[in-house]
Amino acid sequence: MLNFLEKNLPKIVLAPTTIVMVICMYGFIVWTGLLSLTKSRMMPQWDFVGLDQYRRLFANPRWDVAVDNLFIFLILFIVIALVLGLLLAIFLDQKIRAEGAIRTIYLYPMAISFIVTGTAWKWILNPGLGIEKLMNDWGFVGFEFRWLVEQDMAIYTIVIAAVWQSSGFVMALFLAGLRGVDENLTKAAKIDGASTFRLYWHIVLPLMRPVFFSAIVILTHIAIKSFDLVQALTGGGPGYASDLPANFMYTFTFNRAQIGLGASSAMIMLFGVLAILIPYLYSELREKNHD
Amino acid sequence: MTSFKFTKYNIGRAFIYLILLFFAFIYLAPLYVMFTTSLKDIEEIRSGNLMALPIDPTFYAWKKAWSSACTGSDCNGLAPYFWNSVRIVFPAVIISTIVGAFNGYVLAKWKFKGSEFLFGALLFGCFIPFQVILLPMAKLLGMLGLANTVTGLVLVHVIYGVAFTTLFFRNYYVGIPTELVRAAKLDGAGFFAIFRHIFIPLSAPIFVVTIIWQFTQIWNDFLFGVVYSGSGTQPITVALNNLVNTSVGGKEYNVDMAAAIIAALPTLAVYVIAGKYFVRGLTAGAVKG
Repeated sequence: MLNFLEKNLPKIVLAPTTIVMVICMYGFIVWTGLLSLTKSRMMPQWDFVGLDQYRRLFANPRWDVAVDNLFIFLILFIVIALVLGLLLAIFLDQKIRAEGAIRTIYLYPMAISFIVTGTAWKWILNPGLGIEKLMNDWGFVGFEFRWLVEQDMAIYTIVIAAVWQSSGFVMALFLAGLRGVDENLTKAAKIDGASTFRLYWHIVLPLMRPVFFSAIVILTHIAIKSFDLVQALTGGGPGYASDLPANFMYTFTFNRAQIGLGASSAMIMLFGVLAILIPYLYSELREKNHD
Repeated sequence: MTSFKFTKYNIGRAFIYLILLFFAFIYLAPLYVMFTTSLKDIEEIRSGNLMALPIDPTFYAWKKAWSSACTGSDCNGLAPYFWNSVRIVFPAVIISTIVGAFNGYVLAKWKFKGSEFLFGALLFGCFIPFQVILLPMAKLLGMLGLANTVTGLVLVHVIYGVAFTTLFFRNYYVGIPTELVRAAKLDGAGFFAIFRHIFIPLSAPIFVVTIIWQFTQIWNDFLFGVVYSGSGTQPITVALNNLVNTSVGGKEYNVDMAAAIIAALPTLAVYVIAGKYFVRGLTAGAVKG
């Protein structure tokens, strides 16, 4: 008996996590998946209605807005954060004095919660007392900045705050990547007379491919999960103009007692993440097998 | 020191420094604005602008944010919720870190048939959008009698944090030579003895990384907090959001800003003290180690 315990100790240690994982991750996903096929409203009930909830979801204009917003947000957030992060990393990699201090400044927003970020930017972008007034005081009379309360522009305020919070992190990723580039390679290129621009464009950037990959996956992940930032910065408003899918899910599940519909939106979010994650993991594994 | 010449090289360098400093200013500006706004009174906020220094600094907003601002229907400031967060964070961080250390140890050095598959399955937990587990988890907490409690939130954070802590420890322990384990086994050391005497002494850095990561994640969490807490048990992020959205008798931006800084202080402090480890945690999952 003791021998059996001894032999299976690793499995026993891992057992609680495994059980909890099977129930609280996979079991719960199945549960939510099944729920999305029922007509549950206030309480879960199990009359299956096929894909009705998904049909209702896609016919819901509010969901449309949320998905469109997600795409706007995803593309702008990722492109701007990548470009900014890469540029800052390249500049910081030029044997800069006080590099440590500057890096610390770029990265600190990542330590703050999205709720704090949202609260701060809500004040900075305040129409009337925020940036608008600052610019007026500085002599730009008539300068207007009211994105926070404009239907078509509110989503861009989310982009601004999210880029502010996350671009320093992208910078750190790229900096780590740049530090890993073989110095002999860059030296050789310089001896061959390559300009700095050509050096980065033709030699260094192609080497950063895996960093681009990781950064895109992480940023996508942050973007799809973004719930708190919207909640704190715009509250999804004006109206529901700046809702993201996560906010849609929360509103319909917890405020509107439409849990079947909420479950279907959650499942679509999961599928979205999988669509990005699976190719990523696949290529990672393939690369490892090549090594 | 040689005199400065306007060579192409120098202009290039100056340009780089200019850009870097400009962005340093951009990143710092919101913090500056928050801090100065929190020290102004409401009159000054209305008459001045974002970048103006406070003429007559006052701690009124800080006192109010901490002890008497309204967060929804009650007006006790952020203090009670700050302590809620503390009561959630400490047990959740400690438990999830310890569990992660053991899991990582097994997954790195005591592999068995199927353990790699288990690891993959667990890793998936780092990526799922939590929206897919929100409802069933709420049901489970209800069944356990933990709905709207601090204990319930601790449990949720442990469950969904273990995927990360396991990943951190597993990746770190993979780097410790397996020969050490084999030699110790030959000497008759068992599973726990090897962990205790070989792995734990080598684990200080990864403990720091994991603890900092979990601390920031849990302190900054809003989603679980808003879904699984009830009146009186909300964590500070939820209370901050309520405070900002409660407007009894006019908006007080100075109080909002003081409250936001109070909510951000613990994680900022950790970042300033242990920034190096913080960065390592952020990049641990991202850059292949």
